[in-house]
Amino acid sequence: MKILRDYLDKIKPNVEKGGKFHYLHSTFEAFETFLFVPRTVTKKGSHIRDSIDLKRTMFMVVVALIPALLFGMWNVGYQHNLSIGVDASLISNFFYGFWLVVPIIIVSYVVGLGTEFIFAQMRGHEVNEGYLVSGFLIPLIVPVTTPLWMVALATIFAVVIGKEVFGGTGMNILNPALLARAFLFFAYPSQMSGDKVWVAEKADAYSGATPLGELMTATDKINLPSVADAFFGFMPGSVGETSTLAILLGAVILLWTGIASWRVMFSVFIGGFAMGWVFNQFGANIYMNDVPAFYHLILGGFAFGAVFMATDPVTAAQTNTGKYIYGFLIGVMAVLIRVLNPAYPEGMMLAILLLNVFAPTIDYYIVQSNIKRRLKRVKQIAA
Amino acid sequence: MSEQVQKESMFSPKNIKLLTDPIGKDNPITVQVLGICSALAVTAKLEPAIVMSISVMFVLGAGNVIISLLRNTIPQRIRIIVQLVIIAALVILVDQVLKAYAYDVSKQLSVFVGLIITNCIIMGRFEAFSMANKPWPSFLDGIGNSIGYGMILVIVAFFRELFGSGTILGWEVFKSIGLYDLGYVNNGFMILPPMALITVGIIIWVQRSRNPELIKE
Repeated sequence: MKILRDYLDKIKPNVEKGGKFHYLHSTFEAFETFLFVPRTVTKKGSHIRDSIDLKRTMFMVVVALIPALLFGMWNVGYQHNLSIGVDASLISNFFYGFWLVVPIIIVSYVVGLGTEFIFAQMRGHEVNEGYLVSGFLIPLIVPVTTPLWMVALATIFAVVIGKEVFGGTGMNILNPALLARAFLFFAYPSQMSGDKVWVAEKADAYSGATPLGELMTATDKINLPSVADAFFGFMPGSVGETSTLAILLGAVILLWTGIASWRVMFSVFIGGFAMGWVFNQFGANIYMNDVPAFYHLILGGFAFGAVFMATDPVTAAQTNTGKYIYGFLIGVMAVLIRVLNPAYPEGMMLAILLLNVFAPTIDYYIVQSNIKRRLKRVKQIAA
Repeated sequence: MSEQVQKESMFSPKNIKLLTDPIGKDNPITVQVLGICSALAVTAKLEPAIVMSISVMFVLGAGNVIISLLRNTIPQRIRIIVQLVIIAALVILVDQVLKAYAYDVSKQLSVFVGLIITNCIIMGRFEAFSMANKPWPSFLDGIGNSIGYGMILVIVAFFRELFGSGTILGWEVFKSIGLYDLGYVNNGFMILPPMALITVGIIIWVQRSRNPELIKE
């Protein structure tokens, strides 16, 4: 530890103002605060000391994502071996997926953090921790067969257009990880949807469509996975999204540490279930008739989006009432898009992005109505 | 003698400025943010973008001159209607010529040739410039603005066609250098209108970071 500290102190003058490598200041700063607790203190105004800071918040989210990641790796191998009819062991399934998923994670982090570092240098501000979570989320929400250069391109797009142009971490309007996925979805639809992409190196005869993809083309009878399969996640899909159980484990961590908002999470599920239930009552098409409302919550990316995407503190609504409205509408929109729009089998991504845009508006009206109510009360007392 | 004076002032620095300003720091799209709708609509391919730029150049150049010639006779209260009649006449002319000599492009541009009538740049230049200036400066102003407009259109269309379809003016660039064999796939998002908006945004970004005086406080 002492050696490390001494080394950092030795090179520090070089990167400070006037030093030889002053343009690398924020890079140095990022590594220094990564290794040691920063010594800077707030100088103005009142401030509350807490053990939680941005780095720890981000780290907890990464921890919460680990169950979904581990299950996702195993499922990649399981689906592959299922498609070619090989009965493989748990370990070999896991490592098959491991070697496919790890490159995506590496690309996502290297490219994303690289972009962030470049921007931090150019603008002379510090490197923020925000990308730690986005970089982990991107590999979990793409099909395992996505080419790595596409992941890299989408990452650059998400970091630059989604975050840096708005001013960096904490200023973005849209969730960067979802933006990367939306970019891929619209730019390379044949690599992001259909029945070819979800299972790595599958046998040709095997249908690799996700349950939602199959539902979309269903005409007379629908082929739902059993509740247990859907809940535990033994079905094709993006790497981290299939297992509702693993996602709920992550949700418990997030809620127990108080990092994610239970209001958002809870109301997304309520919204999705309510909309599904309404469709069940109408039963206008086969999709609405035969898919019970609760299936919407365990199929596709619904649970993943509800737990990890909708709760993003930057892009979600900030007021408590706003959080209920925001979450509820995400659930409603997601199921609405799934059932009624034949072009998009999965509505969660678009629903969250849409409500990200509306979140500030929701907050504005909540705050305004609050002010109005209080003014009324003041008037009553004064009168 | 008077001819001499006339000739000298034809390309005086002030007049040249009319021509060059809209290309750079007073660009109708990136600085004044006018004419965005057509910039988004016709830039998926390079060819329609070029034809569109030429059409706008004709309408704006000729329109500016006509308005400038009529400027003292147009009653103030009905000037918008008079301007619209002139633009509409010119646009119909362009539309018919395109239909006769460049039918394919005219079909691609479809309604957007007609919509030159509503292009904010044209009304903007009439109101802001040719209603108050002589024909020659008005002509230069019209040409300058349409070059500024066309330049952005062509830049945006170049990138959108290159990355969206892998071609430039229909010539298959990426195929001929063998990029598809390496696993490259065309970016379908580039052809969708949102990407045109983002491309225009990036051009504005680049322009403002090179030219800090454009950044508003």
